[in-house]
Amino acid sequence: MMDKTVNQKAWFLVLPVFLIVAFSAVLPLMTVVNYSVQDTFGNNQFFWNGVGWFKELLDPSSDLGGRFYASLARNLAFSAIILAIEVPLGILVALSMPRDGWRVAACLVILALPLLIPWNVVGTIWQIFGRPDIGLLGYTLNHMGIDYNYVSNEFDAWATVIVMDVWHWTSLVALLCYAGLKSIPDAYYQAAQIDGASRWAVFRAIQLPKLNRVLLIGVLLRFMDSFMIYTEPFVVTGGGPGNSTTFVSIELVKIALGQFDLGKAAALSLVYNIIVLIVCWIFYTVMTNVGVDHTKREGAV
Amino acid sequence: MHTIPGRRIILLLFLIFLLLPIYWLVNMSFKTNGEIVSTMTLWPHAPTLANYTRIFTDESWYSGYINSLKYVIINTILSISFALPAAYAFSRYRFLGDKHLFFWLLSNRMAPPAVFALPFFNLYSAIGLFDTPWAVALAHCLFNVPLAVWILEGFVSGVPREIDETAFLDGYSFPKFFIKILVPLIASGIGVAAFFCFMFSWVELLLARTLTSVNAKPISAVMTRTVSASGMDWGLLAAAGVLTIIPGALVIWFVRNYIARGFALGRV
Repeated sequence: MMDKTVNQKAWFLVLPVFLIVAFSAVLPLMTVVNYSVQDTFGNNQFFWNGVGWFKELLDPSSDLGGRFYASLARNLAFSAIILAIEVPLGILVALSMPRDGWRVAACLVILALPLLIPWNVVGTIWQIFGRPDIGLLGYTLNHMGIDYNYVSNEFDAWATVIVMDVWHWTSLVALLCYAGLKSIPDAYYQAAQIDGASRWAVFRAIQLPKLNRVLLIGVLLRFMDSFMIYTEPFVVTGGGPGNSTTFVSIELVKIALGQFDLGKAAALSLVYNIIVLIVCWIFYTVMTNVGVDHTKREGAV
Repeated sequence: MHTIPGRRIILLLFLIFLLLPIYWLVNMSFKTNGEIVSTMTLWPHAPTLANYTRIFTDESWYSGYINSLKYVIINTILSISFALPAAYAFSRYRFLGDKHLFFWLLSNRMAPPAVFALPFFNLYSAIGLFDTPWAVALAHCLFNVPLAVWILEGFVSGVPREIDETAFLDGYSFPKFFIKILVPLIASGIGVAAFFCFMFSWVELLLARTLTSVNAKPISAVMTRTVSASGMDWGLLAAAGVLTIIPGALVIWFVRNYIARGFALGRV
């Protein structure tokens, strides 16, 4: 760790970043706050509505509240499922990586490929791949006697969206874990070998502790990105069949840009943003504490 | 000790799982619509370049790529040039509110774009930037500037302090030191940060689609609209999709060792 000097003039160097991010983040949020407490009859005539929209949003018996809670529940279920699949699978893939040579480079490139595809194209790829008439996956499944159709069947729609997300983002977890594993010195493994440690013991005692930090980042990023997922399910299922794959972002865009219900959309945006901020803050605190523990322990050794 | 039993098979299966859907898209892009709809073929039996020719000759298609590239490039340049001084400040100095500022930046990377779609629409309409590449470029700064700051901070921290001190003793002014000494030293870091800004701006659809209508319509919006309007032209859609994958696939090789760092906001 390098010692940093206290220098308030550093603010001048940070100021441009502060201004440009504030322009894109704070200014629009002010508009949202403004809309969230007003109602309109159209024609740009607004009047004060207080916390009316928030009351409606948080009341499960109203139309807006019902839709909000339903989409929130769907979104949390989705995040939980993809985390439960992607984290173990990512660790497994990272552990399976070859040790060196051209194979590592080739694997890294193929792993990274899905991460760099535009999100709507990811949707398009799976939309085509899963179709019973022209897609390899849908065609094969249906010819094996499994009735699979993601347009009309809720379960199939969910399965498609989940497999798509696993396809799209497991590589991220795998790459993070691979970076974590590579930072383990060979001496650790040699010591374990001398002790006659089993494969499982090596994983539990050496590899998993080293992976703690990267896994935390991986879980944070995957949770956040799956919590605000929009494009991919929108392209594949359009939120359907019915509302079965309508996640919070899709619901929000429907209300905001589809119905142009500014007040409702703004209230939903604020609550949505606050949830994200809280989760983000919890992770950030845990992350910095893990870092501190780590340096302390290493310092003690 | 390092690896697990059966690792070759696990890895192979996973890589096939990753490549198969992409292969299917490429496969379809070389087929005629007749072949796609009528038969199930694992490779194009009558390969054709017609889909690609159509994209490169029809202005409504290729202008989509040009529009996308415009805002992506503006955004990358903006993000890097704003982020560089800030990354230096975060790496070298402690100042009032630095930790809070850092968290605030992180939280913007996590903010759902859907929340910002409508207010951005109003904001950029009000200042007359709606439907220009600048609107999208500025909007994407929301998540790309923090990303660039975090990646560059890591690279600046890798430069020993002694270099700064020696340069100042030799009579370099701060701007001169910055451009003549620091920037060349972290050139690879700037490349990596630029790559990730490019990438995240390139893959984003919601904001890009909301902030444009006709003149600056990005390729991703062209894909969703044109295709559904004229019935499903699967071959054309597949070809357009393949063309959007190419920029990432081309440069991936150069940043392969930094990919984890870029996606983890420089925290690995």
